[in-house]
Amino acid sequence: MLISYQKKNKKKHHHLISSQLHSSLQKELLQFLLECCVGAAEPFYHPRRPHEVFLNPFCRPACQHRCKTRSASSQVYSAVQSVVGSLHMAHTEWKDAPGLPDFSLLKRLARDQLIFLLEQLPGKKDLFIDADLMSPLDRIANVTILKQHEVDKLYKVELKPIVSSSDQLCFLIRPRIQTVKWISDLVNADKVAGRFRRYKIIFTPQKFYACETVLEEQGVYGDVTTDEWNFYILPLDDDILSLELPEFFRDNFLEGDQRWVTTAGSALRLLQSVYGSFSKVYGIGRCAKMVYESWRELMEDGEQRTRQPEFAKVFLVDRDVDFVTPLCSQVVYEGLVDDLFRIKCGSVEFGPDVTSSDKSIKVMLNSQDKVFSEIRNEHFSNVFGFLSQKAKNLQTAYDKRRGMDIQQMKAFVADELKGLKQEHRLLSLHIGASESMMKKKTKQDFQELLKTEHSLLEGFEIRECITYIEEHINRQVSMIDSLRLLCLLSITENGLLSKDYRSLKAQYLQSYGIEHLLTFANLRQLGLLEEQQAGETLTVMESKVGKLVNDKTVGKLTDAFSSLAKKSNFRALSKRLALVPKSGEEYDLRVPRDMAYVFSGAYIPLSCKLIEQVLERDGWTGMEEVTRMLNGQEFAVTGGSSSSEARSKTDAQRIVLVMFLGGCTFSEISALRFLGKERGCRFIVVTTAITNSSRLLEALLDNSA
Amino acid sequence: FVAYRGQTELLGPLRKIELYEMGWNLKDGLRECLVAAAPYGGPIALLKGHYRRSPSARPQLEIYSSSGLPLASFPWKSGVVKQLGWTVSDDLLCVQEDGTVLVYDLWGGFKRHFSMGNEVSQSQVLETKIFHSPYGTGVAILTGALRFTLATNIDDIKLRRLPEVPGLQEAPSCWAVLTQDRQSKVLVANGSQLFILDNTACTPVTPPGLSPQASSIVHMCVSFSYKYLALLTDSGHVWMGTSNLKEKLSEVDTKIKTPPKQMAWCRRPKSQQPSAVVMWDGLLIVVGECKETIQYHLDDDSVLVPELVYRKLYPLAIEVCRYLKTPEYQGVSRVLKHWACYKVQQKEESDEVIAKAVSVKLADAAGISYSEIATKAYESGRTELAIKLLEFEPRSGEQVPLLLKMKKSPLALSKAIESGDTDLVYTVVMYLKNELNRGDFFMMLRNQPVALSLYKQFCKHQEQDTLKDLFNQDDDHEELGNFYVKASYKDQRLEARVALLQSAVDEYYKAKNDFSAKTTEDEMRLLRFQRKLEEEKGEQLVGFSLHDTMTTLLSVGLHKHAEQLYKDFRVPDKRFWWLKLKALAEKEDWEELEKFGKTKKSPVGYLPFVEVCIKHHNKYEAKKYVSKVTPEQKVKAHLAVGDMEGAAEAAIERRNESEISTVLSRCSATTDHLLMERLNRAKATAVKK
Repeated sequence: MLISYQKKNKKKHHHLISSQLHSSLQKELLQFLLECCVGAAEPFYHPRRPHEVFLNPFCRPACQHRCKTRSASSQVYSAVQSVVGSLHMAHTEWKDAPGLPDFSLLKRLARDQLIFLLEQLPGKKDLFIDADLMSPLDRIANVTILKQHEVDKLYKVELKPIVSSSDQLCFLIRPRIQTVKWISDLVNADKVAGRFRRYKIIFTPQKFYACETVLEEQGVYGDVTTDEWNFYILPLDDDILSLELPEFFRDNFLEGDQRWVTTAGSALRLLQSVYGSFSKVYGIGRCAKMVYESWRELMEDGEQRTRQPEFAKVFLVDRDVDFVTPLCSQVVYEGLVDDLFRIKCGSVEFGPDVTSSDKSIKVMLNSQDKVFSEIRNEHFSNVFGFLSQKAKNLQTAYDKRRGMDIQQMKAFVADELKGLKQEHRLLSLHIGASESMMKKKTKQDFQELLKTEHSLLEGFEIRECITYIEEHINRQVSMIDSLRLLCLLSITENGLLSKDYRSLKAQYLQSYGIEHLLTFANLRQLGLLEEQQAGETLTVMESKVGKLVNDKTVGKLTDAFSSLAKKSNFRALSKRLALVPKSGEEYDLRVPRDMAYVFSGAYIPLSCKLIEQVLERDGWTGMEEVTRMLNGQEFAVTGGSSSSEARSKTDAQRIVLVMFLGGCTFSEISALRFLGKERGCRFIVVTTAITNSSRLLEALLDNSA
Repeated sequence: FVAYRGQTELLGPLRKIELYEMGWNLKDGLRECLVAAAPYGGPIALLKGHYRRSPSARPQLEIYSSSGLPLASFPWKSGVVKQLGWTVSDDLLCVQEDGTVLVYDLWGGFKRHFSMGNEVSQSQVLETKIFHSPYGTGVAILTGALRFTLATNIDDIKLRRLPEVPGLQEAPSCWAVLTQDRQSKVLVANGSQLFILDNTACTPVTPPGLSPQASSIVHMCVSFSYKYLALLTDSGHVWMGTSNLKEKLSEVDTKIKTPPKQMAWCRRPKSQQPSAVVMWDGLLIVVGECKETIQYHLDDDSVLVPELVYRKLYPLAIEVCRYLKTPEYQGVSRVLKHWACYKVQQKEESDEVIAKAVSVKLADAAGISYSEIATKAYESGRTELAIKLLEFEPRSGEQVPLLLKMKKSPLALSKAIESGDTDLVYTVVMYLKNELNRGDFFMMLRNQPVALSLYKQFCKHQEQDTLKDLFNQDDDHEELGNFYVKASYKDQRLEARVALLQSAVDEYYKAKNDFSAKTTEDEMRLLRFQRKLEEEKGEQLVGFSLHDTMTTLLSVGLHKHAEQLYKDFRVPDKRFWWLKLKALAEKEDWEELEKFGKTKKSPVGYLPFVEVCIKHHNKYEAKKYVSKVTPEQKVKAHLAVGDMEGAAEAAIERRNESEISTVLSRCSATTDHLLMERLNRAKATAVKK
């Protein structure tokens, strides 16, 4: 498919009102807005941070980092030198929180390297891009930039014969065997046809031997030049960095293929080289351990230079440490938008039902969107009220015109009106989105779904839950949702009773087809959906697990393939970590008291609770029971720079990098943002991909190809 | 002195070490200088900073003896110097841009000057060569007008302007002065064309046997005796022959296409063979009559250490590195590596002794690659030693390529696995797959679960049949069953699908997985049923799930067939009722729905009847079922049909606070005023209770 060169939306909504505020009049206007907010009879949104609305304009002055010369092994690192001079802190969002490093630098590095690589094939060329790379690429280098570097036509890789008249073909792909095989076939077809072309494959973020082996086997190794585009990290937002590798989850956890481990290690190495070293690393999970090892090896290979770190602590966590959280329905605005509309690479497409027009609109969802940044972390039940209040305020700001003289009016139109209109546009979009959500989510069935989830989390009325799930399956409500509920039931109950397992599975297969036998096999392998083994007591299981963990000769990788049923121990963990607040207590979602608010006060995400506890204790001490139930594999390492201990109260010490291996959900990000505010620190999330229940389970389906 | 020969003329055989410490003090090496060394180990002249053409910073002329003693030093006050050179009688010639040549003695004393003529001073000097012949020292100049002016003996100046070179548009790619037949001639290359210029004519010449790939001659040099000529072409070939261009000595492909810095003739010390030396940045190649070349790597700025290493003066080399403060991994470690590579070739010592010696010496060195040393050992035919040395390599990944090369595949595989780099494991697996026969390959994988699992992943995508074989070998019937199921839904033909499913059933039974076996048998029955019905009724059904099949049958009115499935496949009552009432409501067959509701007591209750009618906007039908719902669902049912009174009645009757609240929340303050009062009163009593 040829992609047409449509003029992209110029991302107008990215403008901050703040950037346009400088005259005294505007300050007055701000003052007025401030009074509107604070002076409102009823705190309209979040009583504890009314200042958020107008804090942005007074961002901190740029803090320059001088870059010490580093001998650079790869182009990326050497490119660091050229751009690092302009590094500065991003806007602070609330007063007592440390500023975040400027991650846009990563984009510039990636862009510069891509341009360099494209220039390695001089002259006009057609560019073929892996479908799942298109959105990330667009964030780095748009069509105009590509055209400037002599990219003639852009195609999506479709693994079909191509129609291209160009003499030079460039392929920008993930290192997948299938794609390389397809390219080899193209080259061989050209050879047969006596056609001479130049071919270049740019693998991103790295090449694998395996791919080169395919080129060799297909006899085209000499005909094709290969390169690596070390595009490890895409900053999705001020505090979200993504590797954009959704396949990490299935490859690593289901198929036992750990080739992405080095990629994750390299991503950390990149962050470290650009933003400074870390003083402390914590982690849990087998993959986390391996990533840490790979990162450490990379560090040893490179030169060691102590540099003022921009974040001091790192927490690595495997997705399979906590499967419960991503299986829950999301009810925080950003998560809900993701569940319903699917946020792709930081942007979402709102359909006609939201835009109330006949076309769809693509919107970037990040902190640059002033409206969104205020509601993204809110429980959905608060959002609508907030938005309508916001609309009223906006009206007030518009009405301000009435009292102005000509000069003021001129200034207002020139500087302010655009911003207000922008805000207006965004506001109406988000109101549209919440209306659409309300329609879908306030229905009886969604309420019952949530009720069932909460019962499962609480371990309450399990029989009723099973009946509900059964009905859900029988009525063919949703293939994924049914599966999700089954998994939640299994994890929270440490597996299903044989009788229930067989009956539910049989019914599921009747509804959705026998192919799902394989899906069920996958789910069992991951410990997501299991049949309780009759007669096997907990201690037997535990000794098995214990042996596996301690048995060094088994090797680092071997246990990855063990299909040994893992006990989730959710109930015991929940009790020990107080994940589920006592029922019956009122939970005011407008004034959250803990991270449980992201699930309507019913459950604190296990992953986030672990992070909180470890940071609080500065290690795993006192959590032995918990880690044992999580199959061990925890670690805490003190990094090289001991001098950073002395500056324990610097900003950097209060920035924590959390890396989710296998994906993380928006609910978890919201929970961590909340935790940060509570503790006066900031979390930066690095994830292999943004996930949610649907993505997680879809990755495990085996009903097609 | 050798350290700086890159910029001076190559004077003799190559392997020289620092003989004398030069008395000069150069911050930037000789980059900024014009340099001339006199023949036969005579003095050396330097003009420092002549590139800086500001009047305030005058260049400095310095003269040294070849042993490094300063002989003279004075600021240069004349014009811009293009070239320095020495006469056979050790006079220094300074050729200026305007064609004036200044003559100094060895001690820097000015002797005289002469001009190279008007034409030269008008069109300025482009390039100069100072040459020696039996007739004395000569000067040849290429002017800005691309003409050559030549004086064979500066002590007896007779200026000769040589004929024009046809087609010369810019400076020639290279040129040289020859002395032949008691005459000085100029050999000029213009692209691939060669010309000899003498007093009267410009004659095109062709070197015999010059490789035709060349499109340009980029460098040439004549031996000191004017006997031999070497030409370097842009294709990287060095042609060597006699300078009269009658005879070819040899031609060698250096495979380097970048232009060299310098080329010179030398005689190899032992063989006395004339050879050409070509130098690039960091590389020096000696080519002679045979096709083989000798390469020297000139690392960084220092050639000294490699020279010492070459002479096996390792301790001295290490001391020099320490003295020069070379970073460890570039200096000491590198020397140690050379030492180790040398050590492993010592035939008389045992593997154990060498391995131990190497490990002890190299223990603390940074950036040592043991695999490189091991490779050397292997190349010297010492495989066992190589394996021992590899054990010291801390990164298991580094060990793998050599192990493969040595055909130590099982070890390579375990090392790859140990490295944790799946990609590497995969590479070894692929290598083994091509190397071993199938049986051995499978057997090896069997002992390496990680490798086996990876290979299975590969087969899943690329080689389905191999996958089957692997499962068979392991008697993994469960996986085989899954394999056949997967294969079945990829196949379009019904018979093939059924056959594959039958294989799956067999495997599942072998795996003692009765559940999967029975389910698969059901699927086979379903497929046959679907096919039969497709043929009879023309409805597309094959491949649908049981649920979807029944939905389709009900929606086209094939109730009997749907019911047959319901019985044959032990479909739960609930599912069947859901399906049927949904299908009937969709067709708005309210009469049939009512009949169905009366066939027996509904297993799903009657609320779904109410809801399904409301969904299709039939409140009238919905109301028929309200009375039949269970007490717990009464309120919901009334609310569904919009009967507030009824809902309130039911809620109050049940004295259920939350139900009362639900009804209240649905009441409108204007129309249901009385009702709300009643509800509120009931709520109060309910709470009290």
